[in-house]
This record gives sequence, structure tokens and C-alpha cells, in this order.
Amino acid sequence: METIVFSLLNGVIYGLLLFMLSSGLTLIFSMMGVLNFAHASFYMLGAYFAYTISEASSFWLALVFAPILVGLVGALVEKYGLRTVHVNGHVAELLFTFGLAYLIDEVVKIVWGRNAVDYRVPELLDFPLFELFGAQYPAYRIFTLFVALAMLAALWFILNRTRAGLIIQAALSHPHMVGHLGHNVPRIFMTVFGVGCALAGLAGVIGGNYLVTDPAMAVQMGPIVFVVVVVGGLGSLMGAFLAAMLLGLLQTFAVAIDARFADIFGWLGLSEATELGSITIASLAPMIPFLMLVLILMVRPRGLLGDREL
Amino acid sequence: MTQAMLSVKDLNAFYGKSHVLRGVNMEIMPGEVIALLGRNGVGRSTTAKAIMGEVPPKGEILFKGQPISGLESHQIARLGLGYVPESRDIFPTMTVRQNLILGIKDMRHPGKYTVDEMLDMFPNLRERADNLAGVLSGGEKQMLTMCRTLMGDPELIIIDEPTEGLAPKIVHQIGDMIAEIAKTGVAILLVEQKLSIALRIADRVYVMGHGEIVYSGTPEEFKTRDDIRSEWLEV
Repeated sequence: METIVFSLLNGVIYGLLLFMLSSGLTLIFSMMGVLNFAHASFYMLGAYFAYTISEASSFWLALVFAPILVGLVGALVEKYGLRTVHVNGHVAELLFTFGLAYLIDEVVKIVWGRNAVDYRVPELLDFPLFELFGAQYPAYRIFTLFVALAMLAALWFILNRTRAGLIIQAALSHPHMVGHLGHNVPRIFMTVFGVGCALAGLAGVIGGNYLVTDPAMAVQMGPIVFVVVVVGGLGSLMGAFLAAMLLGLLQTFAVAIDARFADIFGWLGLSEATELGSITIASLAPMIPFLMLVLILMVRPRGLLGDREL
Repeated sequence: MTQAMLSVKDLNAFYGKSHVLRGVNMEIMPGEVIALLGRNGVGRSTTAKAIMGEVPPKGEILFKGQPISGLESHQIARLGLGYVPESRDIFPTMTVRQNLILGIKDMRHPGKYTVDEMLDMFPNLRERADNLAGVLSGGEKQMLTMCRTLMGDPELIIIDEPTEGLAPKIVHQIGDMIAEIAKTGVAILLVEQKLSIALRIADRVYVMGHGEIVYSGTPEEFKTRDDIRSEWLEV
């Protein structure tokens, strides 16, 4: 029971964090057809910016300014980099973001060093919020839950209830038509790219201290974010949301299950003494996202809720 | 002489290596309704696309005296040139009303018509105002795209094949609607295959063949030119 409740909470939080990261990537990918390899690097930048700002002043300022800074960097990258490369096609863009990811990686290593930095949960939130079945649950995790939910609500509101949001949605599917109606599509692209990066940055701010802030964090998160976008389906934020939650919960539960193959498939004659039997379910957790990716591409190539194939 | 609203001189366009437009020349005066006729594949839609920058144009395209080739599509739109493409491109997951709102270029300077006035002018759409555009019939979608472009207050609208794939009764309605739009003083370049519509509402007719203009004249004069019809239009 205890495992289920805690895994559920952790799974939801991890899922929301994944969604925060992938929502921007879904928007960028669907609108511009650019598979932004550097997206997770913006997540990493968010965490490092937050660390530096927190050291100099406070976490709360970091919470506001780190995502904005990351968003600005993103917008500049789009305007001066991607847009120039765009004329040479998608492969050039892909390679551009690929290079950019490594560039950001190296810059981070030069500026902040190769080891993890001490980016901590703010003191104000560093206490157990409640106790359940004798185990304590940290307040900061509930805080991240609320930040993620607030971001989700804000994103939903902007996209569905404002004219700017409608223009963005229209540009997702019909960029040419939107241009013919007099809307500045390049500027919309830049804004979406910037906001998408800012969201990744926000995920870095609230995830970097709860996970680890080190130069490997982008490489660890990057592939999983791609999985979310592909499984969710191109052009669908709702799909990305579902995929992120599914992945978050599946991974968290897999880690929490204290069983070995031998326990489950014991009747097959597996015992803990055999190599296969001694594999734990938890050890399969990192495999789950990629298994999902492979299966969905075979079974349903447009993803859960996508409106077109890759 | 008044200045032409749109003047196209020696317009050429290519799809890969194939030379689709071979020196198109045309002029449209303010408030004029022009029908661009021709068989399939002679380059009528490509002419529209080249003017709008969808296909890279070679040659001179002046809108209100200003060269527009090479401009971004929103810049062309903001000069007052509207485009209703053959593919209609409504936004299917939004309501009719939301589609119309997106036709407004700038909320600080909205056009002649509000969404409600537009719906009053075209009552068929009024009934569907809060439906998703994706569920509309082909004719309703066509009306919606034209109204959406009108929301942006264009001085000239290029309408590409508005009656393609529509039932005869609906074709007539669309014809009425284009005539209605023309009455408001907007110039129209109508790319159309159906002579009935084109001759009913056009002030002037251009006929295209093999990537160039082969005839131009008034509908009355055109009706007497059976030679042009049999050579360039009849299948």
C-alpha cells in the first residue's frame, strides 16, 4: 500500500516533469518539423542557471529568471541559427541541433566543471510535508507538483483561450495559410521555440535539485523526452501529456516493484540461481521508454494521439 | 489612367526542371473581377501560387505599384492581398468563429467587418458559427475560407478553384457569394474552370494555355469567340 501511494505520487511528479520538458519539444517538432536534439540541453541550462542565481540571491528569483534566460537563449538560437540553416532543409537543421547539444554540453563543463554542482532544494521547502505509513514525504516534491500543474494550466489557457494561442495552433498544421492571413510566421516560430526552451528550463530549475545537476543530465534526459514526443504523437500536446504520465508511472512502479523474474515466472522453472531468474523487475525500468518507442513505431506510427505520421 | 492594383509582367515559374509559367502578363484594376480560365495543368493555380510566393516567381509582380516577389507571405498579406487556396486550409479543430477571428491581421486595427457582421452577411455560416470547422461540408468550408480572408480587409483576393468538387447547387451559391464580395469593392482574381460562374461575375476574362495568357477580353466578347473556346478550353 505504502509503495503504491508513494510510487503514484512520484510517478505523477516525474511524469509532469517529463511533460514540461516534452511540451516544448512537441510544439517545436510539430510546427517546424525540427527534431531539436538540443532540447534537453536547455533543460540542463535551466538547472545550471538556477544554481548560479540561487547561489547569488535566492531560489525564488531563480525560479522566475532562469527559465526566462533559457527562453531568450532559445529564441536567439532560432533567430540567428536555425532560421539560417532552415533553407538547407531538415537534415541540416537536425545536424545543427545535434552540434548545438554538444556545444552546450562543453560550455557547461567549462563554466561549471565536470562534476555535479551543489544545487539544493531551498531551505524553506526542505522539510517532510506529511507522514504516511511511517514514511515521510518531502515538501519540495509537492511543490514541484504544483509548479508543474500551474504550468500545465497556463499552457492550456494560452493555447485554447487566447488569440495568440489559436494562431500557434493553426500554425502547427497550416503554417502557409497562417502566413497568407497576415500573421508573422517566422516570429511565431521564434516565440514558440523560445517558450518551448523556457519550459525545458523551468523543468531544469525544479528538477535539477530534486534529481542531480551535472553535465550528464541532458544526455540522460534527452532520449526519454524524444520517446514522449514520438509515443504521444506529432502535433498533440494531449498525447505528449498522456505519454509523459504513462512513462512516469511505469518507470516509477517498475523501480518500486521488489521482484525478480524468478518470483514471477517461477513456474517456468526459473530460479534465482539462474542468470535470467536473478534479473530484477526494477533493473528493467530504464528499458521501458525505449521498448515503448520501438513498439509504438511498429504498431501505431503516428503515436497515441498524433495527427500525422513521422 | 489609374494605376493597376496588380500588375504581372513576364512571370515565369518552374517545378524542378519543368517550365510551368512561360511569361505570364496580366493586370487587375482596383475593384475589378477577373476570371482566369484554362484547362487543367496549364498553370492557372501556379500563377496564383507564384504571385503569393508559394512557388518561387521569376519576373515582375507589382501590387499597388510595389514589387512583392521575394516578400514573406505575411508581408504580402499585410499589403492587402488576400489568398484563398485551392486546398481551402480551414483550421479543422477550431470553430467557425475562431477561424474567422484568425482572419483578423491585427487586433489593434480590425477590419471593416466584425465577426458578427460577417456572419450576418453569410447566414449559412451563422448557423454553424459554433461548430468545429472540420465537420462543415465542402461548400461551407469554401465559404468559411473566403470569409476568413475577408476578415483581413484585403483589396484584392485571389480565389483558387472555389467550386472544385462541389455539387451544382452549391456551385451556384458560391458564385453568388463571390458576386456579393465583389460588390463590396474588393478586386478578385478568380481561378475557375466552370464558365457559367466565371462569365456571370467577371468583368474581364483571361484564358491560359501552355503556361501563358492566350486570350483576354470581356465576357461578352469572349462568348462570341468559339475558336478560343474550342482551342483552349473544351476537352
